[in-house]
Amino acid sequence: MIIKREEIEKLATLSRISIDEKTITDVSERLSSVLNLVDQLQTANTDSVQSISRPFQVSQRLRADEITESNQRDAFQVIAPATDNGLFTVPKMID
Amino acid sequence: MNWETVIGLEVHVQLATKTKIFSAASTSFGAEPNTQACAIDLAMPGTLPVLNEQAVHYAVMFGLAIDAEIGQVSVFERKNYFYPDLPKGYQTTQLEKPIVGRGAVGIQLADGSTKSIRIHHAHLEEDAGKSVHEGDLPLGSSGVDLNRAGTPLIEIVSEPDMRSIEEAVAFAKKLHSIVTSIGICDGEMSQGSMRFDVNVSVRPMGSTELGTRTETKNLNSFKFMEEAIEKEVERQIDVIEDGGTIRQETRLYNGDTKVAKAMRSKEEANDYRYFPCPDLLPVIVSDDTIEALRRALPELPDARQARFVTQYALSLYDAGVLSSDASIASFFETVANSCGNPKLAANWAMGELSAALNNAGLGFADSPVSAEQLAEMIARIVDSSISGKMAKQVFEAMWQGEGNVDDIIDAKGLKQVSDSGALEKIVTDVLEANPAMVEDFVSSDENKRKKKLGGFMGQIMKVSKGQANPQQVNQILLQKLNELL
Amino acid sequence: MHNYTIAELVKGLQSKQFSSVELTQHFLARIRQFNDQYNAVITVTEDQALQVAQLADQRLATGSAPALCGVPLLHKDIFCTKGVRTSCGSKMLDNFIPPYNATVVENFEQTGAVMLGKTNMDEFAMGSSNETSFYGPVKNPWATDCVPGGSSGGSAAAVAGRLAPGATATDTGGSIRQPAALCGISGLKPTYGRVSRWGMIAFASSLDQAGPMARTAEDCALLLNCMASFDDKDSTCVDREVPDYSASLNKPVKGLRIGIPKEYFSEGLHPGTEAAVKKALTDLEAQGVELVEISLPNSDLSVPAYYVIAPAEASANLSRFDGVKYGYRCENPKDLQDMYCRTRSEGFGEEVQRRILIGTYCLSAGYYDAYYGKAQQVRQLIEQDFVKAFADVDLIVGPTCPSPAFKFGAKGDDPVAMYLEDIYTIATNLAGLPGMSVPCGMVEGKPVGLQIIGNYFDEARMLNLAHQFQQVTDWHTQAPEGIL
Repeated sequence: MIIKREEIEKLATLSRISIDEKTITDVSERLSSVLNLVDQLQTANTDSVQSISRPFQVSQRLRADEITESNQRDAFQVIAPATDNGLFTVPKMID
Repeated sequence: MNWETVIGLEVHVQLATKTKIFSAASTSFGAEPNTQACAIDLAMPGTLPVLNEQAVHYAVMFGLAIDAEIGQVSVFERKNYFYPDLPKGYQTTQLEKPIVGRGAVGIQLADGSTKSIRIHHAHLEEDAGKSVHEGDLPLGSSGVDLNRAGTPLIEIVSEPDMRSIEEAVAFAKKLHSIVTSIGICDGEMSQGSMRFDVNVSVRPMGSTELGTRTETKNLNSFKFMEEAIEKEVERQIDVIEDGGTIRQETRLYNGDTKVAKAMRSKEEANDYRYFPCPDLLPVIVSDDTIEALRRALPELPDARQARFVTQYALSLYDAGVLSSDASIASFFETVANSCGNPKLAANWAMGELSAALNNAGLGFADSPVSAEQLAEMIARIVDSSISGKMAKQVFEAMWQGEGNVDDIIDAKGLKQVSDSGALEKIVTDVLEANPAMVEDFVSSDENKRKKKLGGFMGQIMKVSKGQANPQQVNQILLQKLNELL
Repeated sequence: MHNYTIAELVKGLQSKQFSSVELTQHFLARIRQFNDQYNAVITVTEDQALQVAQLADQRLATGSAPALCGVPLLHKDIFCTKGVRTSCGSKMLDNFIPPYNATVVENFEQTGAVMLGKTNMDEFAMGSSNETSFYGPVKNPWATDCVPGGSSGGSAAAVAGRLAPGATATDTGGSIRQPAALCGISGLKPTYGRVSRWGMIAFASSLDQAGPMARTAEDCALLLNCMASFDDKDSTCVDREVPDYSASLNKPVKGLRIGIPKEYFSEGLHPGTEAAVKKALTDLEAQGVELVEISLPNSDLSVPAYYVIAPAEASANLSRFDGVKYGYRCENPKDLQDMYCRTRSEGFGEEVQRRILIGTYCLSAGYYDAYYGKAQQVRQLIEQDFVKAFADVDLIVGPTCPSPAFKFGAKGDDPVAMYLEDIYTIATNLAGLPGMSVPCGMVEGKPVGLQIIGNYFDEARMLNLAHQFQQVTDWHTQAPEGIL
C-alpha cells in the first residue's frame, strides 16, 4: 500500500514534526515500505489469543502516600531552554 | 416551541492525597512555581511512574459511595497530545478499564422530589500543570508552572440524565457533598479542587432523540456552571429557531467576563491515540481491600441527612443543608450536642454564622467562632441570660475575637434582667411615669389595646437599657394593665 | 592489561597486582589512542574516573571491597549519569546533563566500579548499524569499513577494541546481541523486569531491557550480578531474588536439552554464519547436551509485530522532547507550534522521525485495531510458541543475526532491509525472555554470534552453557588486528 500525502501531513501534525516539501515523497515511500512489512500481521490467525498474561506478570505495585521529593527547581531549570522567575517559558499560547 | 434541555456532566475531582499520583512530590496548593515538580512530574528522560496507593483507595471509596461496580482490574492508558503544561506529551488516564464502573447519585429537587442521575464511570488520571499568561513575563511568552502536574484526579462521567440547570447544579453540589463527606477531596472550588465540563443539548419537548451537544470545559464554580449552561441553552435555542444547526464543538466560558465562545476547530482537531501505558501494570483491587474500605467509609450525606431528621428533629430541608458538607455537619453536631438545643444550633449555623463565613469567604472549618463558643452562646439564650437580639451582638463580638461569651456579656453589660422583683419595679415605674399612656390604653377598644402594648415595651426597654427579659416583661405588663381595667 | 578479562582484573585488583588508578589510566590512554578509529566513546569522564579510581583503591586497601570495585567500565549513553552529558545519540539531548543517575549507573557506583565515559549509540537506540547517531557512525574494530551493529554499537566496539573490559548496553529488539555478535564479544539481554529501567531513556517501554557486554560469559555474569536488582522506582521491575550468576558457571551441561528452532535456519541466513553456528552446535553436543529440533511457528511475524509495537510506544515516549523543559529548542520560534515542529524536526534524526510517524499511524483512529491491536495479539502467539518450546527444552540455541557485519550504507535506502537484521533477536523481546550472544566463529574475517535463549529468569543457565562453550572454544579470546 502507498500512504497518501494527506495522511503523511496528518501524521506530521499529530506528532509535531515538520516534513520538508522536498522529502515528502521519500518519506512516503519509506513509510509505505515499512507498512507493507507490518501488513503481514493481517495473515495471522489470532482467534485463539487470550488477553495479555505473562507467566511472571504481577499487578501494579502501589506506593505509600508519603512526600519524599524536595524542591530541586534550580537543578532542573539550569538545564531548561528558557525560564523566567521559576516558570518555564514558551512562545505565547493562544488563549 | 417548547424546548427540553439535556445535560451531562464530566467532573474532575482532585484527590486529597499528600503526593502526586505517580511521584512522591507534594500536592499542596499555592507553592512557588515549579518547586513541587520533581523529575517524574517534569517528564525527565528515563523517569518512570509508580502509583500512589491512597489515590487508588480514594477512587474505590468514591465508587463505594455511589454504589458503583468497582473495576477490580483497571488499566492506565496514554492519551497523546502536545501542550506545554503536559510534560510527557501524553496524559496518563484510564479509558477501556476504569476503576469505577456504573453507579448512581440521588439528587433532591426544590419541590422535595428526588431523582437518580446515572454515573457512566469514574476513572483515575493525572492533572496537567498550569499555563501562566499574565504577569511579568518576557514579551510574547507564556509561562508554565508544573506544580499541579501529576495531581491525582478522578473524572466522574454522568449519563445525560439532567433536564434543567437546577438538576445539574443539584447534581454537582451532591457530588461535592459526597467527595467532601468521605474525605477524598478538600472541596476547595477556588483552588480548582473540583472542575466541571458540561455537555448540553436541546430538543423539542416530547422528543426522545438527543440533539447535537456541545461541551463547555473547565468551569470551576457552581455559579459559573449555572451561567454557562444558561447561556448555552439560550444560544442553542436561538440558533435552531433561526433555522440553523448546532455544531458539535468544545466551548469555553469566562466567568469573569461572562463571555462564552467556541474553541477554534484547529485546536480541537485531535486524535488522542490512546493505548495502554507500558510503564504501568494493571491495577488489581482485591476483595479484601474493597471490604476494608467499605467498612471504613465515613457516613454519606444521605444517611447523615436522615439521621439529622430523627436524631435532632430537624426539617428535611435543614437536615439536607447541614449534612451536605462534612465540615458543616461536624460543626453543627458539636454545637447541637454541647448546647442541647439542635433547633437553635441549626438556625445559627445556617443563619448568622453561614452568612458571616460567606462574606469572609471562609469555610466552616476555618470559622473564627468555634463550635464550642457558638454552643456556649446558645446555652445563654436557652437559660435566658441573653435575648436573641443580644446574642447577635455577642456573636459579632466573638467574630471580632473579643473573647468568650460570658466575658463579652459582662463587658458589654448585656446581661438580661430576669429577676421578677426588679422587672416589676421597672414596669411600675414606667406606668407611673406615663399616666397619659395608661389612660389611653384603658380607654381604648379591646382590639386596639394589643397594639398599644408596644409603646410600653419600648419605654421599659429604654429604661432597662435593653436588658429586660422581654417575655417576662410582657407578662408583668399585661397583668398590671389588666388590674387597671 | 587490556587483554585481561574482568574476572582477571578483579583478581589483580584484589591482590594489589595493580591499582585501579593504574588500570583506569591505562584504559583512558587506550581511549585517547584508538577512539578516533572507532568513534565508540562520545564522552570521556577522565577526571571523575581517576577520582573514583582513587577511592576504589582506598576501598580495595581495606581488603573488603566488592568484586567490581575499581574495575573501569563504559556506560551506553542511554543511561542517565548525574552531572555527565547523556545524549542518547541525539542532537535533541546534546546539551542534556541529568541531575540524577540511572539505577544501573547507581548500582555500579555503589560497588565502586569506575566509569570511563559514555558510549556512542544509534539515536534513541533506533537502529541496527549505529549509523543513526548524531555523533557519527561507530566503526567495527574487526573491519573499519563495516558497521558494529546497533544500537549498542559503541559499547560493543569499545569492548572489542579493548577500550574497556566491559560496558553496559540496552536491547529493545536485539541491540545488545546483534552488535555483540558483529563485534565478536559476549552480550546478554536479561528477562524483562530483571534490571531496572529507571533513568534509562525509554525507546519502547515494554521491550527495553538493560544488560552487560564483555568479552566472556564469565564477565557478563559478574556485571549482571551488579546490574540486576529490584527497584521500586520501576513498576515493571520484578521483585525477585538475584542469584549469584557466577556461582553456577561451572555446572556440568551434560544432559541439557537444547532446542534448535528450524525457522532460524531458513533462507536469508548467510551460509558462512550457518556453518559457524552448526559447528558450535556440534561442539555443544560433544559436551553432552542433547540437541532437539523445535518449531517457533510464528517467528515470521515477530518483525512485523515489533515494527508496530516499538514505534507505537516510542511515538509516545518521545513526545516529552518538546523543547520546553530540557534539551534542544529551535532558534527563534515564531509561535508555539513552530517551536514544537522545528524543535522536533531539527532535534531528531531521520530514523527517529520515521518511527514516530509509523507509531503515530499505527495508533491513530481507524488503524489501531488493525495494527496495534493485532500486533499485541501476535505478540501473544509468539510468546505461546516459546512457552510450548520451553515445556520440552532447557535452552534454545541458534544464530544471533543472519549475516556478519555489513558495510556502511549497505542497507541505506530501504528501512526494511535494516529491520530484518534483527529477525532472530526480536522475538525474545516480544516475549520478554532473556537472550545472549557469544562468539562462535569467523566469516570473511568477521565474527559470528551464537544466540542462546533462556526461559524467564533463567539467565544463570544461559551463562552456564555459554561459559562451558567458552571453555572448549577460543573465539572469545580472538581480537581484531593490532589489538593484542
